[in-house]
Amino acid sequence: MTQDAIQLDEVTLRYGQVKALDGISLTIPRGEVIGLLGHNGAGKTTTIKLLLGLLSPASGAVRVFDTDPAHSPRAHELRRQIGYLPENLSFYPQLSGRETLRYFARLKGASQQEQNRLLQEVGLSHAADRRVKTYSKGMRQRLGLAQALLNQPKLLILDEPTVGLDPVATRDLYNRIDILKQQGTTVILCSHVLAGIEEHIDRAVILAGGRILALGNLDELRHAAQLPMHIRVRGSLPEEGWMSRIGEQGVSLERINGSQYLFTTPESEKIPLLRTLVKEPGVKDIEISEPSLEAIYTFFSSQWRM
Amino acid sequence: MRTILIVAAKEFQDGVRNRWVAAISIMLALFAMGISYFGAAASGGVGFTSLSTTIVSLSSLAIFLIPLIALILAYDTIVGEEEQGTLILLLTYPLQRSQLMAGKFVGHAGIMALATLLGFASAGLMIAIFSPVVSMEELLSAYPLFVFSSILLGWIFIAMAYLISAVASEKSRATGLALAVWFLFVFVFDLALLGMLVATGGSVADELFSYLLLFNPTDIFRLLNLTSFEATRVQAGLVSIASDELMRPVVLIISMVFWIVIPYLLAVWRFKRRVV
Repeated sequence: MTQDAIQLDEVTLRYGQVKALDGISLTIPRGEVIGLLGHNGAGKTTTIKLLLGLLSPASGAVRVFDTDPAHSPRAHELRRQIGYLPENLSFYPQLSGRETLRYFARLKGASQQEQNRLLQEVGLSHAADRRVKTYSKGMRQRLGLAQALLNQPKLLILDEPTVGLDPVATRDLYNRIDILKQQGTTVILCSHVLAGIEEHIDRAVILAGGRILALGNLDELRHAAQLPMHIRVRGSLPEEGWMSRIGEQGVSLERINGSQYLFTTPESEKIPLLRTLVKEPGVKDIEISEPSLEAIYTFFSSQWRM
Repeated sequence: MRTILIVAAKEFQDGVRNRWVAAISIMLALFAMGISYFGAAASGGVGFTSLSTTIVSLSSLAIFLIPLIALILAYDTIVGEEEQGTLILLLTYPLQRSQLMAGKFVGHAGIMALATLLGFASAGLMIAIFSPVVSMEELLSAYPLFVFSSILLGWIFIAMAYLISAVASEKSRATGLALAVWFLFVFVFDLALLGMLVATGGSVADELFSYLLLFNPTDIFRLLNLTSFEATRVQAGLVSIASDELMRPVVLIISMVFWIVIPYLLAVWRFKRRVV
């Protein structure tokens, strides 16, 4: 048994003439939370379908917990260990939430007790006996999440899980992902709401045109992107002296108002700049903001388009 | 097997709550009871009439409504699940596509049997209790075959609905195809045969026509329900030209079973190749 939950090795897949995946290699260790990012048509859904065994690669190999999810005789057993929340899930309008969850639970061999617990955990106990057609988008999404968590999956794949969720439910979802991670669950998170997932993923993989543009944790990605960071300073600075000093190192300074300044600096100049700033008697506060996941994503995407 | 039963139970529950199915099933029951009583109205009298006439009238009702119920119940069974996102989800569960289809069929077949039984059993009961002209013995000799073949007719159109659902790329297309299938087998096919008969001046061999009737399950159903009543052959329209060899109930029942099995297997085959 390897320590890896997922191994994609030089995976290629075509839809007719279109190359949906073009030689993708990716290894995800057990217990990692990974963000799968990319614009529409980048290859995210195709990758997920490969992991779920719904598609087979034209070439290359796919392994989930050492098993070929599409062809192995053990694929059936593997499916009990995978939880999946698809995008745009609306369920059966005529069944109640409880009946819906019961259906999926029976298929997966999950207990009645677990169904009730999950309904409670996703906050649907009060509406469990109402028909799904009366549910809001957020409630259907929560039911979808309960379904994905049946049988305590070892691999959880969530495709746009926060769509329709209110801020409280979104926070609960991310908290749950943090707990699952602690319990050793591997989580693949596909989302366009990058600000939300930033704090909860170990690594991100950015796809475009069926290829991996970037892969790594946030620090690695920031480093690779070489994006400048912002340092906001409150207080007063001897402006003229600063203006003449900074240009050479690629640092820029902008005065926002009477008492605030914004430095934009390459990562390599951050520490020297901070050292100098803290020695300034007029500086009252320093706030550092590193490039967000969104900025990193935008950077790599724009690189690909060029 | 357990998996199939889980799917079947869900489909049954879902189907029972389908308002269209419920409405047409109630219509079926009301019409069936009405026909049992007013069946002879066309010939000038009101009240119970001979069982053969009643069954011919009930057969026409069955041919109109049962395929409609079956198609409404099952036309979106695959394409509809795909659109609501549950198909892709189910296929990531530990069940095979063939098991999903089998479970769906068992569930839908159960609903069809229930709707047909309720509809025609109510009419049968009414005849048994109130009809002065039909004896219990006569009723029991012909009516069970009628109800059984009506159920088979429903199952045939469920299998066809599956094929439609497995082929159609969108639910709206499946709706169109289901309507087309209904029109084809309930109206167009017989009209086309009739046209052919007229155009050829009746010179085509009867034998060939008999076999052509087997290409329409509603005609097989009609043939089957006339076998016991020689007197009704004149009322049976186009199917009255069928040869005696074909009128044997066993042949007709086997033909109906073929009409269930072949579209069903085609649907499974198509579904297994469908990219979700």
